[in-house]
Amino acid sequence: MSMTLDRPTLDSKTPEGPLADKWDNFKANEKLVNPANKRKFKVIVVGTGLAGASAAATLAELGYQVDAFTFHDSPRRAHSIAAQGGINAAKNYRGDGDSVHRLFYDTIKGGDFRSRESNVHRLAQVSVNIIDQMVAQGVPFAREYGGMLDNRSFGGAQVSRTFYARGQTGQQLLLGAYQQLARQIGIGNVRLFNRTELVDVVNIDGRCAGIVVRDLMTGEVSSHSAHAVVLATGGYGNVFFLSTNAMACNVTAAWRAHRRGALFANPCYTQIHPTCIPQSDDFQSKLTLMSESLRNDGRVWVPTMAGDTRAPQDIPESDRDYYLERLYPSFGNLAPRDISSRAAKRAIDSGQGVGPKQNGVYLDFADAIGRLGRNVVAERYGNLFDMYERITGENPYETPMRIYPASHYTMGGLWVDYELMTTIPGLYAAGEANFSDHGANRLGASALMQGLADGYFVLPYTISNYLSQWLNKSIPDTSHPEFARVEAEARDRYHRLASIGGTRSPDYFHRELGKIIWDYCGMERTEAGLDKALSEIPALYEEFSKDLRVTGGEDGLNQTLEKAGRVEDFFELGMLMCRDALEREESCGGHFRAEHQTEDGEALRDDENFAHVSAWEWTGDATQPTLHKEPLAYEEVGFQTRSYK
Amino acid sequence: MSGTLKNLTLKIWRQAGPSDAGRFDTHVIDEITDEASFLEMLDILNERLVESGEDAVVFDHDCREGICGTCSLMINGQAHGPERATATCQLHMRKFSSGDTIVIEPWRASAFPIVRDLMVDRSAFDRIVESGGFITAATGGAPDANLTPIPKPVADAAMDAAQCIGCGACVAACPNGAANLFTGAKVTHLNLLPQGQAERYQRVENMVETMDDHFGGPAPTTVSVRRPARRRSRSM
Repeated sequence: MSMTLDRPTLDSKTPEGPLADKWDNFKANEKLVNPANKRKFKVIVVGTGLAGASAAATLAELGYQVDAFTFHDSPRRAHSIAAQGGINAAKNYRGDGDSVHRLFYDTIKGGDFRSRESNVHRLAQVSVNIIDQMVAQGVPFAREYGGMLDNRSFGGAQVSRTFYARGQTGQQLLLGAYQQLARQIGIGNVRLFNRTELVDVVNIDGRCAGIVVRDLMTGEVSSHSAHAVVLATGGYGNVFFLSTNAMACNVTAAWRAHRRGALFANPCYTQIHPTCIPQSDDFQSKLTLMSESLRNDGRVWVPTMAGDTRAPQDIPESDRDYYLERLYPSFGNLAPRDISSRAAKRAIDSGQGVGPKQNGVYLDFADAIGRLGRNVVAERYGNLFDMYERITGENPYETPMRIYPASHYTMGGLWVDYELMTTIPGLYAAGEANFSDHGANRLGASALMQGLADGYFVLPYTISNYLSQWLNKSIPDTSHPEFARVEAEARDRYHRLASIGGTRSPDYFHRELGKIIWDYCGMERTEAGLDKALSEIPALYEEFSKDLRVTGGEDGLNQTLEKAGRVEDFFELGMLMCRDALEREESCGGHFRAEHQTEDGEALRDDENFAHVSAWEWTGDATQPTLHKEPLAYEEVGFQTRSYK
Repeated sequence: MSGTLKNLTLKIWRQAGPSDAGRFDTHVIDEITDEASFLEMLDILNERLVESGEDAVVFDHDCREGICGTCSLMINGQAHGPERATATCQLHMRKFSSGDTIVIEPWRASAFPIVRDLMVDRSAFDRIVESGGFITAATGGAPDANLTPIPKPVADAAMDAAQCIGCGACVAACPNGAANLFTGAKVTHLNLLPQGQAERYQRVENMVETMDDHFGGPAPTTVSVRRPARRRSRSM
């Protein structure tokens, strides 16, 4: 009996046929499990954000036994709740030329031709179902006076396809999915394990057999077996320490799966969001996003003159540089995130930054207030303006907002095939935890779309194609010795972290790691910088292993110990990110290598050598991962240079 | 525009477990920039505690942008502190002054048992939603989203109610520790919408019954009081 997996292969399992027919062809040919047999299968879903809650609810509705795990006190706390601006869908309710093809094309182009064409097309196809589903569930999307759904536009698109619920679209969508999940919990179809964190994945006989978890209230480590496991555990943006992610967001679930054989794809594709409130002090714990939707009406500018310390009201039009409108006239202030972020960085690097630390650019609503009136602006963005004022003490109706880019989203993640299965049979990844749909850069309002697409409309179809083979066959349960062995490893690990007895808190090391990653693997990367990071991170990790201090013991509730485990995983991920960024000798989307840019500073792709997914295999040594490549082919749209001018 | 707060006296509730006795611990903390958020001030305290070998203060928090509803502190006797409509995580130290004494407690309500220190168990809210806080609409087969127009004022009113972040401050602030505002917000959101009509009566009855089970309702003998309460909910 072998506990190890076969050598990973990168078969995307893309269905036959023309692009527009692939999803239908998959559904026509997949293996199904009949309704009466579904109850014989157990599926574990880890994470209860948009992807996890929608997957758990839908799988339970279909009749599968579902166990859902969240490390929060309630499924409703997942960080999907913080998404502000909206969700894209190719409804074409505006009649402005939108279509499934247009959304597909915008997503491929936005991703800088580094995503898998078949997955993206399916995403655009099911986007329309998501809006129908969420309205049926009672999501109070914004409406026009006639009662029809309202839309707005987002970066990287020339149509209005974004549905929204004030500045709290993520909250309303997550509460919708949470309520569907709650209904299934209430009628006993889903067992919920709250305040429970995944600490390892267990493989037996070449398939994922279950998971090992830690009860955060008691510290108890235990095993759970299932026919299939879905990881919907979010992204790894907190590797930067300062990010727009929630404090508990971490890579641990995905990383533990990676260490057990799941390949990790494109870790260097991270998104820096252009509109966050700039850092104000050294103890800052997170950066707060100001929704990209603000760029519909706000104008981005800096003083033309470096070091201009006049108040914004005192700077005349002639001394202002509306650089996005100047550089990208057809998209203007709605240029995609990576492009807007780098433009802001260039302005600040050249001394044109504003604010007390000169680390911001202005986002100015004076024109919009003049054109639309204060009331209309308040209706569109009131809650964001209020939040800005609470954080900065400044009133954005009267003085322009200050914004700066911050880590926001990670396009990289566990490699998955068309069916969202990782390279471990029976282990799936959904939502931000996988790599599949956004290529090297995600467009605004597409994260909510992808999370719900995966959970509501993709996984419930694809999972039966795997499960059907196990009908009436026995699978190992938690009495199998492999579960005991993995549990013991997990206990040893927490014991080790709790007993180092050094002098520094986990937060100290997280902050120091974040600085290295931000400096050398942030908005702009160079070979020399990445080399430096790859020597500094292992040195800092060495210090972590010797000087970490965790008080409170290893039994029972211990938030310091939880944090230590997550920070340790960020160290290994950080090394892989830098390795990936070093190996990818081109610039694309959120990955900008300074050595590879055009004369006017735009990203310079190398389709000849890098039109592939970089999927990394864990070798047991974090500094020596093995690279596998999935070639990317574009049948429907040829490679094009991405231009938003 | 930024300054530094000195000599803050924090009186923080410490309690090992649900059935243990609690006490206030006093910490004097210095050199806190007024740009820091309230929770960043607690982060700084915790980092100092850990590095000097003491146990960190346990508190719930996550998004730190006022939307996830995880944070939950009673600050100087006010749920989420002194700033109106602002969660603890969005409260900033510029609202305090050097020399202030700040009393920090967990939510105190019988339905929210204290887990440790400042962390409480708010699972009772989940039980209320599980009993009826949803519209039954299984995935697949939903009609086109624009098939049923919803007048803007109705959609806006539903959204007003739907914005509840489920933090439990209403329960903590209520002298009776009641969950009527939480339950009422969800009922209002769903019962206003055309999609919510089919289950409107059953929804209210189920949610109120669950709420009463956890948060205490009228005594079973006072049926006459309980019935009108439900009828009022129906007209929402």
